Amino acid sequence: MSRMLKKLGMPLGVLLILVWCLLPVAWIVSLSFKDAAAVTNGTSPGFFPTDAFAGWDNYRAAWDNEQFRRAILNSLGISLISTFLSVVLATLAAYAIARLEFRGKKLVLSIALAIAMFPVVALVSPLFDLWRTLGLYDTWPGLILPYMSFTLPLAIWTLSAFFREIPWEMEQAAQVDGATSWQAFRKVIVPLAAPGVFTAAILTFFFAWNDFVFGITLTSTENARPIPAALSFFVGSDPFNRPASLLAAGAVIATVPIVLIVLVFQRKIVAGLTSGAVKG
Amino acid sequence: MAGIQLKNLVKKYGDGFPAVNDVSIDIADGEFVILVGPSGCGKSTLLRMIVGLEDITSGDLMIGDKRVNDLAPRERNLAMVFQNYALYPHLTVYENIAFPLRLAKTSNEEIDRLVRDASKTLELDEHLDRKPGNLSGGQRQRVAMGRAIVRQADAFLFDEPLSNLDAKLRGQMRTEIARLQKRLGITTVYVTHDQTEAMTLGDRVAVLKRGLLQQLASPRELYENPGNLFVAGFIGSPPMNFLPAEVDGTSVKLPFGSVEIPADKAEKVAGKGLLIAGIRPEHFEDAAIAEQQGSASTFKATVEVVEWLGNETYAYIPFEAPPEVEAQLRQLEKDLDGEALRTQLVVSLDGSSRIKESEEAEIWVDAAKMHLFDPATGENLTVDLAHAGEIPANALVS
Repeated sequence: MSRMLKKLGMPLGVLLILVWCLLPVAWIVSLSFKDAAAVTNGTSPGFFPTDAFAGWDNYRAAWDNEQFRRAILNSLGISLISTFLSVVLATLAAYAIARLEFRGKKLVLSIALAIAMFPVVALVSPLFDLWRTLGLYDTWPGLILPYMSFTLPLAIWTLSAFFREIPWEMEQAAQVDGATSWQAFRKVIVPLAAPGVFTAAILTFFFAWNDFVFGITLTSTENARPIPAALSFFVGSDPFNRPASLLAAGAVIATVPIVLIVLVFQRKIVAGLTSGAVKG
Repeated sequence: MAGIQLKNLVKKYGDGFPAVNDVSIDIADGEFVILVGPSGCGKSTLLRMIVGLEDITSGDLMIGDKRVNDLAPRERNLAMVFQNYALYPHLTVYENIAFPLRLAKTSNEEIDRLVRDASKTLELDEHLDRKPGNLSGGQRQRVAMGRAIVRQADAFLFDEPLSNLDAKLRGQMRTEIARLQKRLGITTVYVTHDQTEAMTLGDRVAVLKRGLLQQLASPRELYENPGNLFVAGFIGSPPMNFLPAEVDGTSVKLPFGSVEIPADKAEKVAGKGLLIAGIRPEHFEDAAIAEQQGSASTFKATVEVVEWLGNETYAYIPFEAPPEVEAQLRQLEKDLDGEALRTQLVVSLDGSSRIKESEEAEIWVDAAKMHLFDPATGENLTVDLAHAGEIPANALVS
């Protein structure tokens, strides 16, 4: 009996955690396939849509919405640009922090950490005023800037840890082989730190894609409104009766890029890439 | 290809400690020079100064006729093999070897030809498409060498390249390096703490101690004519024996009895009082076996431990040393990274010797080969300067 338990314990635990984590997601997927009227009237309370099955109708309806498509585009553009800029800046900064001895190095790191710990909500109203004065309100740069400033610290910390792991000899060998400092960095150090770079990129992208607070306060039109904020404005014809199934379909569509990005980058995050560099 | 000249090189770190202190070495084109010494003697620092990875505090470094003090490593055209190989793990063996050529913008056909040439020399052909992570230690070592030989560098620099290999492989790679260097005829500087490597590989060996050059000479010269106590104790295994000695005319009084030394040596040390005598283990022999020669003397002593190795026998004979000699010997032991053991004589006897432990034995000694050192400075008073290479005047300042 106890041996049975031991054997079953592990899969049972895993199953429990999976259900706990994925049930809400699964329910949203289920909702997105239900007929809008059926959801409103509560005629199909079960998990499976069965007779209320609406096929791809909700998805088609969500996608046909001009604002929705525009919001997806905003989110993609803003997230990708801030991820790219953040990772490039963080790579350079982290390399300097890992390799150079300069005054105020500790200060830079502690300020970065302080920024990462700063409550986002406290910044929102000052930024609102500032952005309106500067003309950044409701624009892409208006969102890219705060996303970068909140993701840079984390990226710098992650990347400098990765750079520190790379043996000094790698660079020195490259320099003796005839590389300039920049060539050594680009051809040897960055490829070796690739897992770190991709980790930082994923974290940055998640932060930007999932952000709601900045998205809803610093935008007013579809000019720059990202998808999480846009979903909250996704109201049907009746303001008291929000189209839950349509919203669910929108949410599922909004999750797709995240899943894709994780699947693509996961292959790149291969630990132990430096094995074999040095005897050890 | 070019010679390398080190002129009064000094390396001082931030705290003012001279890691390399006024070292001058003239390395001829095509010469194989070894830098050797116990850990912390500055040998690796010196090598890194030559290649440009450490700044030179003062002095001149010349490669060929050009002063290269202020040139970046990539402008010095030297090839280096690192202690831990420093291969690029994200590149294949082929690309690792091709790396310096790609940086030099060599054409693809030329790269292919040179890489295949190098890989053939080092027998890496079947590994060209593998990543360094999948190679054994010896193979990685060969890739590191391939990266060095693939381009026309002015000189090779090796930083303890064999210290990460096991004993058998180390022996093979040592021969391999010697063969390669002779074939390519390229100037080579090789850092090691292993004296077998130092003795077998080098045309000349530079012995360093705490940043100071002690002696620069051929392995044979170092062995037969060490400039001071440190070199005498460092070169040779088992090490040279050091005994308190008092000279009276041509007879030297050792703890076990008096022996006769040649007149020319006696003359150099006349009236110096208490000295340290240095005699190599193989200059002793079991008196029952030894073929008596003119300058030889014999003495009787009680053997404490006997180690029989087949071809030879090591016998250990303890003795008491006066305090001033003992202090110097303990300091020497410390300089050599050793443990301060009690003073004992190690003699290497023929394997056929029948001497037993705890028995009194008659030992024969070839006193003509004895060296006598000043106990205060450690200087070798009986050195044959014509056959001792270079002994810098500042070797004993410490």
